[in-house]
Amino acid sequence: MPDRVGFDITTARTGFNTFPERVGLDILSERVGKQDPHKPEPARLVRIDPMVEDHWLFQFRFVEERLNREFSYRPGQFVMLSVIGVGEAPISISSSPTRPGMIELCVRRTGRVTDALYRLKENDLVGIRGPYGNGFNVDKLKGNDLLIIAGGLGMAPLRSLVWYVLDNRKDFGDINLMYGARTSGDLLFKNEIDLLLNRKDIKCLLIVERVQYEHRVNWRGHTGLITDLFKHVEVNPKSTYAAICGPPVMYKFVLQKLLELEFSKDRILMSLERKMKCGIGKCAHCTIGYKYTCIHGPIFTYWDAMNLPEMI
Amino acid sequence: MGHSELTGELIPRHLNVRVIAKDNLETFLGGLREFGEVFGPVEKERGAYIYAQLTDVKNVVQDAQRTVLPPKKYLYPQKEELFRFSTQEGYRKPESVDKGRKILFGVHPCDIHGLSILDKVFAGRYHEPRYFDRRDNLIIIGMNCLPDERCFCYSMGTDWVEKGFDLFLTELEDSYFVKIGTSCGEDLVHAQAELFRPVTDEDIQLYKERVNERNKMFVNRVELANLPQILELEYESEVWEELGRKCLSCGACSAVCPTCYCYEVYDVLDLNVETGSRIRRWDACLFKDFAKVAGGHNFREERSTRVKHRFYHKQVTFVEEFGRPSCVGCGRCVTQCPAGINLIDVFKEIRGEKVVHKSAR
Ligand SMILES: Cc1cc2nc3c(=O)[nH]c(=O)nc-3n(C[C@H](O)[C@H](O)[C@H](O)COP(=O)(O)OP(=O)(O)OC[C@H]3O[C@@H](n4cnc5c(N)ncnc54)[C@H](O)[C@@H]3O)c2cc1C
Ligand code: SF4
Ligand code: SF4
Ligand code: FES
Repeated sequence: MPDRVGFDITTARTGFNTFPERVGLDILSERVGKQDPHKPEPARLVRIDPMVEDHWLFQFRFVEERLNREFSYRPGQFVMLSVIGVGEAPISISSSPTRPGMIELCVRRTGRVTDALYRLKENDLVGIRGPYGNGFNVDKLKGNDLLIIAGGLGMAPLRSLVWYVLDNRKDFGDINLMYGARTSGDLLFKNEIDLLLNRKDIKCLLIVERVQYEHRVNWRGHTGLITDLFKHVEVNPKSTYAAICGPPVMYKFVLQKLLELEFSKDRILMSLERKMKCGIGKCAHCTIGYKYTCIHGPIFTYWDAMNLPEMI
Repeated sequence: MGHSELTGELIPRHLNVRVIAKDNLETFLGGLREFGEVFGPVEKERGAYIYAQLTDVKNVVQDAQRTVLPPKKYLYPQKEELFRFSTQEGYRKPESVDKGRKILFGVHPCDIHGLSILDKVFAGRYHEPRYFDRRDNLIIIGMNCLPDERCFCYSMGTDWVEKGFDLFLTELEDSYFVKIGTSCGEDLVHAQAELFRPVTDEDIQLYKERVNERNKMFVNRVELANLPQILELEYESEVWEELGRKCLSCGACSAVCPTCYCYEVYDVLDLNVETGSRIRRWDACLFKDFAKVAGGHNFREERSTRVKHRFYHKQVTFVEEFGRPSCVGCGRCVTQCPAGINLIDVFKEIRGEKVVHKSAR
């Protein structure tokens, strides 16, 4: 049998393993190795919280105990969730790395995979791989004020950031959270939002287009569009990072406001959504202009995003 | 003769080159079966070549033009099972992982470069084990082809190779000049040493004449310099609209491209609805739903934006990421496109003065 010693591919391969030749991959992950990057790890659905119609919160634990301890991630990263027999979907991690031991995903019921997830029962098996994407560079955010702007389901990834900063409160300056939804009944994580409204170390502003009748009595937010909240906050654009996630229409108006306030374009961080099939920079489904959303994103600075054709 | 610097051992001057008579080549290929399955170009229809297993080495076409599909199909099959799954146990490796050694004969320089581009894509942080398992088991015997009117490898810097092969053949008169690229290649030669002879000064002279002649045969030129910048400037060009009107979104150009790699992944249930397979299949950014997300929004609804995307991904995005375009100038897309879209013309037009702008800037 001829031996393959010295064939440069073999050496290239071991070289590649330790450090990627691809640029722009600054994310840290302990789980880099020779394992198959497509392989989902078995995990169990441990709790279902039907927060809002078709927007439930699902809690998972890996079957392998070690992974529950070792799975570390950044706010803003996502996982590929497999509903066995149906398929895979990219879902942002909603829980915070400061509260390890389980993963929470807030999933909107919208199609094949998500539908099938809603049919699962507690203790059913799913597959999870990740974490993927760049997430928020929290080390860079430290020492700064934060303006967190969430619209609708955009609260899912930003909840991770909110709890991360609250659990490391002394590392950050002023924190403002603006959260907008269609109606008061559509607000996600309602119980937690109530807690936030009572805290002194975060200013939490809610806005909905319509307050539902049953919420009128204790309504502690505003009505209108998310941009109306800007008059209620005072931010110093020089020391603030804005983190935005929401439906595409929201970006346009929020960006306008931030630019009026003279935010530098790289102090505006936005999460972008694209179709994804692999999450690992191979399938090419998630390209926006010159970038892969799954590895260069999903968090982009506005500076990067505005230089991408096809951005929104 | 000279002495090895390391061991002082006497080594012959042209250690890694040999000559094999054309008449001996089929015998050589036949003998290779001892090491693995042997594949090479055969004529499928008049003038259409494909890579196929050489059950009969007499079928091999030594001077074949580009094959319909590039050799990527042996490393990255059109469709493959990634996992078996069950609702009780989750996902596991399928049993039938093909680990056999394959020997690919007649790989042209552009295709060898094509493989090295795929290597880069599938390597990196998220290293693809299926691809590299097969890669490690693939022996490559290259062939210095002669260009036709659709080749533009010369412009892509892929018209010749230094590495990425085990053996590489260049035609002389009635023999081939054989460059040994790896220790494995040397073993192959050694196993049938009687078919080879050492290189003479005459062979070297002839080799130089041949490669110099070959260099003059490339008629197509696509200027790469500043192309990413020009493409960025021409993002709104009419050219893309025009291409969009012509393109049928059939995806043939991607399927035949040695450097196109995008794929989709989906699950298929067995009849018992408990177990099944996760499948990966080649995809194409030309297909309509390629960039469609939940909620039905499609980021590339217009056909023109999808054709454009293919060009930009190859010539801008890939350059930014890997330092070279993901095109090796093999001319396959030009050959296969039913709408007659010719990449060479597109780049000429984009670079030239004929371009009409949608809006004056
Ligand atoms: C980085 C990232 C993070 C994300 N985070 C979250 C998150 O935290 N929570 C969340 O809920 N989602 C999130 N998403 C979105 C989520 O991935 C998608 O909603 C999910 O992939 C939908 O999968 P599905 O199989 O359920 O839907 P699919 O079956 O793929 O359908 C998706 C949509 O396509 C449309 N559609 C499907 N089939 C057809 C058809 N035949 N004809 C016309 N239209 C059709 C439907 O309108 C449907 O709404 C995220 C996406 C990305 C990229
Ligand atoms: S784009 Fe066309 S010419 Fe270039 S490598 Fe692909 S098939 Fe060959
Ligand atoms: S082969 Fe031609 S018609 Fe088919 S998708 Fe490619 S460019 Fe369009
Ligand atoms: S999701 Fe496959 S490349 Fe980004």
